[in-house]
Amino acid sequence: MDYTFDFASVVAAWPQFLEGAWLTIQLSFPATVIGFVMGTLCAIGRRSAVRWLSKLCGAYVEVVRNTPLLVQVFLVFFGLSSLGWKVPAFTAALVALVINVAAYSCEIMRAGMDAIHKGQLEAAECLGLTRRQVYWHVILRPAMEKVYPALTSQFVLLMLATSITSQISVEELTATAARVQSETFRPFEAYILVAVAYLALSLLMRAGLWLFGLAVFTRRRRLGTGVAR
Amino acid sequence: MTQAPATNPVVVELKDVHKRFGANHVLKGVSFAIPKGQVVAIIGKSGSGKSTALRCIDRLEIIDSGTIEVCGHAVHDPAIDLRRLRQDVGIVFQSYNLFPHLTVEQNITLAPRAVKGLSGADALAIAERTLRQVGLADKAQAYPEQLSGGQQQRVAIARSLAMEPQVMLFDEVTSALDPQLTGEVLRVIEQLAQGGMTMVLVTHEMEFAARVADTIIYMHEGKVWETGPGQMLREPQTPELRDFLSHGL
Repeated sequence: MDYTFDFASVVAAWPQFLEGAWLTIQLSFPATVIGFVMGTLCAIGRRSAVRWLSKLCGAYVEVVRNTPLLVQVFLVFFGLSSLGWKVPAFTAALVALVINVAAYSCEIMRAGMDAIHKGQLEAAECLGLTRRQVYWHVILRPAMEKVYPALTSQFVLLMLATSITSQISVEELTATAARVQSETFRPFEAYILVAVAYLALSLLMRAGLWLFGLAVFTRRRRLGTGVAR
Repeated sequence: MTQAPATNPVVVELKDVHKRFGANHVLKGVSFAIPKGQVVAIIGKSGSGKSTALRCIDRLEIIDSGTIEVCGHAVHDPAIDLRRLRQDVGIVFQSYNLFPHLTVEQNITLAPRAVKGLSGADALAIAERTLRQVGLADKAQAYPEQLSGGQQQRVAIARSLAMEPQVMLFDEVTSALDPQLTGEVLRVIEQLAQGGMTMVLVTHEMEFAARVADTIIYMHEGKVWETGPGQMLREPQTPELRDFLSHGL
């Protein structure tokens, strides 16, 4: 082993890494929010008594969860342009990520909703609440509270998975590392730096989600049981 | 206590109600009528159909044949307006079924706000009143898991009362409680009875049933086997009721 590390040239490219990280955040944040909302609606659809809707949502989840994200990204990127719909790589990447995280969020939220005791739904119904009100007041928040640790992991995974969008020329963190290493011929150092950057982003994200959970799940905060990570 | 006059208008009436769960014929032609202000206790062995009969009144189970009229609603009619039926009928369950993520106060104000469209202040006033009624005014800000079973059940009663129902149904509400906690819940129910609330209770508390109920219905094998005032428990007419009273306690 006679490798000598030389971070100087790679570190000198920090403004590029910062830009890349910013793009990673710009992809992750909206994909998480939109994907979670879509996934929750999909979970409600899967639990619906309307057979075709339930089957449709189920099929969507199975297709997405059983194909690689990279293929999904290519499908959206090349698919949209083949259909004559020219969209920037960033938009295609965002769409693919939303489609992906929505399917996983759907399964997680469905588990949380199924875990709500049937008696509570019965009680809510007996108080005269409509189905929509039951979902809004009695199911959604406790369901999310139950599966919040799983959701947190999934959202962090999504943030890390944005690296795949470098394959369709989205200039996020990983693409930045690729570019910097080709300019500096220091691939090891460039990827070490990018790994540290992802690690920092992950930790930041977990901390942010933890604080969000603390704010939203007031019962946990009041009872001092804390939101599990 | 004074017995509600039998001439009061009937608010709950079952006529020849049949209910099957698959091959299991649970209700085999159940009929009874409850005048306004009466307290009716339904007793019987497990599997006698008493809880099912109660649940049919609130259309939590849909009957196979017969008719059920509750406060002018045709409960057997598939076209029934469930929301309106359930504003007239309150039900309390064995397992309390409070919403764990909401405080006691929020548990109570939810339905008045969401269903009746009351303002926050009006709903709070109702919560305060009903909590005082069940003796838990100091627990408004607690979460259900911070309360004992008896307290949770009293909150569940307050939550139902907040909707100002015409009829209250109690489905074995003390079965999960120890004797001391049972006592505090029964006292609340007894107060309600004295206040003139029409009530149907499915219960295993024979002493309580004999004392508080105007009418006792003994169910056996999916049928109303014997009906009478509280005195009936001291002078059972059928061998089945005699047997139930000697073994069931």
